[in-house]
Amino acid sequence: MSTKSLRIGNGAGFWGDNLDAPRQLAERGELDYLTLEYLAELTLSILAHQRAKDPARGFVTDLVDVVKDISPKLFGNTPLKLITNGGGMNPVGCAKAVSQVLVDQGLAQVRVAAVAGDDLLPRLDELIAAGESFSHFDNGQPLGDLRNRIVSANVYLGAEGITSALAQDAQIVLTGRVADAALVVGPAVHEFGWSWDDWSRLGAATVAGHLIECGAQATGGMYSDWDTKLDLGTIGYPIAELRDNGTSIISKPTDTGGEVSIGTVSEQLVYEIGDPQQYFTPDVVADFSHVRLTQHAENEVLVEAGTGTEAPKTLKVSIAYRDGFTTTGSIVVVGPRAQEKAHAAAAAVRVRMKTAGYELDQFEVECLGAGETLPGMDLWRRSSQEIVLRISARDHRREAIDRLTRELAPLVTSGPPGVTGYTGARIRSRPVLAYWPTKIPREIVTASVEVRSAEEWLT
Amino acid sequence: MSNMIRLGEIAHARSGDKGGHANVGVVAYNSAGYEYLCSVLTEQEVGKFFAGLGPTQVQRFELPGIYALNFLLHDALEGGASLSLRTDSQGKLLGLAILEMEIPRPKDLKLMLNEN
Repeated sequence: MSTKSLRIGNGAGFWGDNLDAPRQLAERGELDYLTLEYLAELTLSILAHQRAKDPARGFVTDLVDVVKDISPKLFGNTPLKLITNGGGMNPVGCAKAVSQVLVDQGLAQVRVAAVAGDDLLPRLDELIAAGESFSHFDNGQPLGDLRNRIVSANVYLGAEGITSALAQDAQIVLTGRVADAALVVGPAVHEFGWSWDDWSRLGAATVAGHLIECGAQATGGMYSDWDTKLDLGTIGYPIAELRDNGTSIISKPTDTGGEVSIGTVSEQLVYEIGDPQQYFTPDVVADFSHVRLTQHAENEVLVEAGTGTEAPKTLKVSIAYRDGFTTTGSIVVVGPRAQEKAHAAAAAVRVRMKTAGYELDQFEVECLGAGETLPGMDLWRRSSQEIVLRISARDHRREAIDRLTRELAPLVTSGPPGVTGYTGARIRSRPVLAYWPTKIPREIVTASVEVRSAEEWLT
Repeated sequence: MSNMIRLGEIAHARSGDKGGHANVGVVAYNSAGYEYLCSVLTEQEVGKFFAGLGPTQVQRFELPGIYALNFLLHDALEGGASLSLRTDSQGKLLGLAILEMEIPRPKDLKLMLNEN
């Protein structure tokens, strides 16, 4: 297969990304595979909450519309394949919902895979009893009594479940938590037949996966050298064209906005990484440190020299736990001494909260427009006569935060002059879901893979 | 002529979160700029620049193939995206911020500028 190349486009970098991007890539990307990455660190805890209320839910509901949107591309001799982690906390429920759409579109024979096994919550007590500590990844703190507040616990699976699903002729693969790069590594291993200890090529494919996993951040979004000529309104979503030797070309569909250049791609390579020589995934410890980029053609960047070393013995686990309550609200403060007035208004809120009997655990005040988004730094500080006063707080008591939600509106009549813009509904309290990264030995986890036709999923 | 320049004249940048840590990747426009960055952007200088965010440790890593340095600012996000009350809870602004850093004007500045 040495001359073959594999085109993979990523049409979502998080749940809430551009709704039209999957169709843009499916219709104009000349893709072999479309990937959709939906799961930020805490997305699964939200989905866990939904599943607790309704066992049929807990997956990324947008997927149902996406599959309807791209269904014309799912027909034919070389149909598009879709790989996504949008199965969330319920890949099987997701497979059923997606299958319903497929059957409605006349695609009853399309094979759909549910890849699960990442949800550790049902096994947590058993694993703790067996000696797993689930201590904090960064600081080694023990889990302790947080156990009783855990909402979700998911291990990052690698690409093997995806590859296994593809080997069973799945055309749509719906997973729970997998490493983001697995959405690319999985099809690459399947198509090129790489072995699971080919660290160099697994590392190279991981680089490609990392470059496209955040969607338009590789194609001009968030780019430091922004200019209006980038035409972000029509921005193209990224495509990685992988070759058997592990090199890849990053591009985007023709006649779309944005830019694929050494500049945009290099910024994405360094996005959210730690040690570039040790980018941990379940499949390989990728090495980004010697990657080279070349402008191969207009809007095409050649990526070379990604590599890797042996996969880690442990797998990362994301735990989400309940940690009190929070709220955020804002009002507008205008006129002379606006910043001083805004801080005085925030101080008045604190005094009134104290009078009501609440000293909040954490209270944060920012004067947006006066350069206060980076606390303790003077970079963008300036005098402004028009400020958004943003107040945000966190407390272990719901009633304390509930009370704070009542304290912004009174500033309109009992605050300094120039307070305006408080016209919406009252702000609301919401629970805080905190994040606890930890790890477990890889041998105690296996992916479960179920592949059926759409028709079969519905019976 | 000032004897200082903005870092943004010879580099671009991107930042984000790694749990409670923030990362700031700084990419020089060419090899001359990269060599200069390696000498002036020390862990100490970057730590000083972001001192207001209270990082407990700053680590620097090198990506010579793309002329980039990556900085990991430990515990700079007030507990990270899930706990931080800041507008910029994920550290997205830090890349833009570091480009405002003032560094000594290099003798061969012309060789380090963006050619595009």
